[in-house]
Amino acid sequence: MAAIQGGFLANLGRIYALYTGTFIGFTIFIGLLELLGVPNRILGYLFIFLTLGVYALIGWLARTAEVNEYYVAGRAVPAFYNGMATGADWMSAASFIGMAGSLYFGGYGGLAFVLGWTGGYVLVSILMAPYLRKFGQFTVPDFFSARYGGNVARALAVVVLITASFTYVVAQIVGVGIITARFLDIPFQLACFVGLLGILLCSMLGGMKAVTWTQVAQYIILIIAYMIPVVVLSAKVTGVPIPQLMYGQALEKIEALEKTFGVAQPYASAFTDAKGAYSPTAMWNFFALILCLMVGTASLPHILMRYFTTPSVKQARDSVAWSLFFIFLLYFTAPAYAAFAKLEVYQNVIGQPIASLPAWVSSWGSIGLVGACDGANAAQTFALCKGVTGNGDGILQLSEFRLHTDAVVLATPEIAGLPYVISGLVAAGGLAAALSTADGLLLAIANALSHDIYYKMIDPNADTKRRLVISRVLLGLVALVAAYVAGTLGADILFLVSWAFSMAAAGLFAGLVLGIWWKRAGDAAGVWGIIVGFGLCMFFLIATEFYGPWVKQSLSWMGDINIVKIRGRDVAYIWGINNISVGIFGIPAAFIAMLVAGWVTKPASAEMQDFIDSIRVPAGSVRNAEAAH
Amino acid sequence: MAESRLTASQQAAYWEKTKRLMLVILAAWFFFSFVIHFWAPQLNHIRIIGFPLGYYMAAQGSLIAFVLMCVWNAKAQDRIDHEFGVQDE
Repeated sequence: MAAIQGGFLANLGRIYALYTGTFIGFTIFIGLLELLGVPNRILGYLFIFLTLGVYALIGWLARTAEVNEYYVAGRAVPAFYNGMATGADWMSAASFIGMAGSLYFGGYGGLAFVLGWTGGYVLVSILMAPYLRKFGQFTVPDFFSARYGGNVARALAVVVLITASFTYVVAQIVGVGIITARFLDIPFQLACFVGLLGILLCSMLGGMKAVTWTQVAQYIILIIAYMIPVVVLSAKVTGVPIPQLMYGQALEKIEALEKTFGVAQPYASAFTDAKGAYSPTAMWNFFALILCLMVGTASLPHILMRYFTTPSVKQARDSVAWSLFFIFLLYFTAPAYAAFAKLEVYQNVIGQPIASLPAWVSSWGSIGLVGACDGANAAQTFALCKGVTGNGDGILQLSEFRLHTDAVVLATPEIAGLPYVISGLVAAGGLAAALSTADGLLLAIANALSHDIYYKMIDPNADTKRRLVISRVLLGLVALVAAYVAGTLGADILFLVSWAFSMAAAGLFAGLVLGIWWKRAGDAAGVWGIIVGFGLCMFFLIATEFYGPWVKQSLSWMGDINIVKIRGRDVAYIWGINNISVGIFGIPAAFIAMLVAGWVTKPASAEMQDFIDSIRVPAGSVRNAEAAH
Repeated sequence: MAESRLTASQQAAYWEKTKRLMLVILAAWFFFSFVIHFWAPQLNHIRIIGFPLGYYMAAQGSLIAFVLMCVWNAKAQDRIDHEFGVQDE
């Protein structure tokens, strides 16, 4: 096995180049099948099952019985490949399918996600990754236990990890379900479980090792699938196949068309309300969301644990830069998708006679992603037109047009006039994005349960075989529960993802940063940081979301509170802040609690301070790692 | 790897340099995450190849700056490590 492993690692470049070539060849082959008249449904099946098959094959080849390989991929993942794996781990269904749609509707406001989901890596790079790698254990709770005096801190970190990651993974399985349901033509709930099978095939046998090498494969598919449609569209609209540079022209044309349609809030205008006036509330929400997403990035265990897998501290740092580069490739393209889709709609759909709308309107309208609601009976053809009354003049006005967020990415191949094979490719890309993130999250949860709870707290004498069996069983169980919750919950996922970031940010960020950068902080500081930060965050989250009227009544001393009807509930906005940025309360609270508890209790012991000195320096061994126990 | 422990004063000097690098990049991060976007409505009056500048900074400019910051940190910290002979590869 060792020889094969060495052979694999020595030939990574060749293996993944061959894989990429085969995948492109496979796409061309399906394109030929399409020319021969094979029905679209079969092409969709081929894409989904063949890519799932490849992931499963990698998962099986990477099966392992070694603890080090199962938890941290043998610490043998070079910076470049760890960057790609982190990219796939990071970019979820929300990024791949949802984000361009959010930008289509939100304009400048949607850019909070683009900024928030990239800038956090700077924090990972300068504040944590190299030091966590030097620390060199298996999980993020391992760090809390070693740094803040053992199992109390460990258990608290596990609670935060599981709450945040579970919220996040439910959102991912919803994403898997939506894509699988659409392309396999099966009910959503069943699709959640089919997708789950794909997830488990990747991670069950090989743990982190299998997930890593599958994620690299998934990154390659998702980035190819994301680029092709928008590059072709850019070439078609502007004559230059570089969408990231050319959509400035689209923005200019959108602005001109908005004036003729009488749109009050220009697309690219910053911090404006629906009437187009400057709105400080919009600005504070923008900045609050950016802060929560960035700090959450630097706190989410499924991302941080990727930096445990590099061979050295230096490579951990290099790998953060590679990660952000690979993530950047998708995120700086998403606004181009949104702009070109908007331009297409404004130029070729709005103001056109119903009879001469482009073909994509009816094909995506029939599955409920687009609505052209002019006539009185439009709802019969377009499910999205329910409740919209058009004026029936035979012309489609702006107010009569409806579009689902997911349609922007999914319909672009057709808007660009590309064959169905590219739509299949996009579906495979979306599936890769959702599966890879779900893999990483489930593994983080299962590792916390099996390593932190079972091995470290319940049975420290358990042998390797038993630990790995327990871990696999828990992985399967957590996945089943998540798929069940996802199948029942369904619907909108972006707020779930944002909550997960706030939870992780409020619970773990202060403890991680001060644990490395403030030697004085003792056990009490770490424990109280989590309790206060995470506690306050959860309190505000649950109170504002589910008990809005009570918040307005009882917490009015805090200042301005208003009630907004959203997600079918009366949600309270404190100081006008949307509760997807609820971390804004928890993050500072955690820091204050740690500073107060750190100063009133005695400083960390000399052994502990020596331990911190040793993880601050790349070379040498980690000293006194067990001092706290 | 040979155990080459730094003396207390070397450790302090090493950490001082590391900390300074961290603070400089943290300031750059703060600028490109928040400060610059504060003026987005004003920057939007300036147009470059069709992009309103305020929009461009949030959609692309700051992102490029973030990538460069991570590369900068990796290279600069590596230089500090070599200066003190504590690199791990």
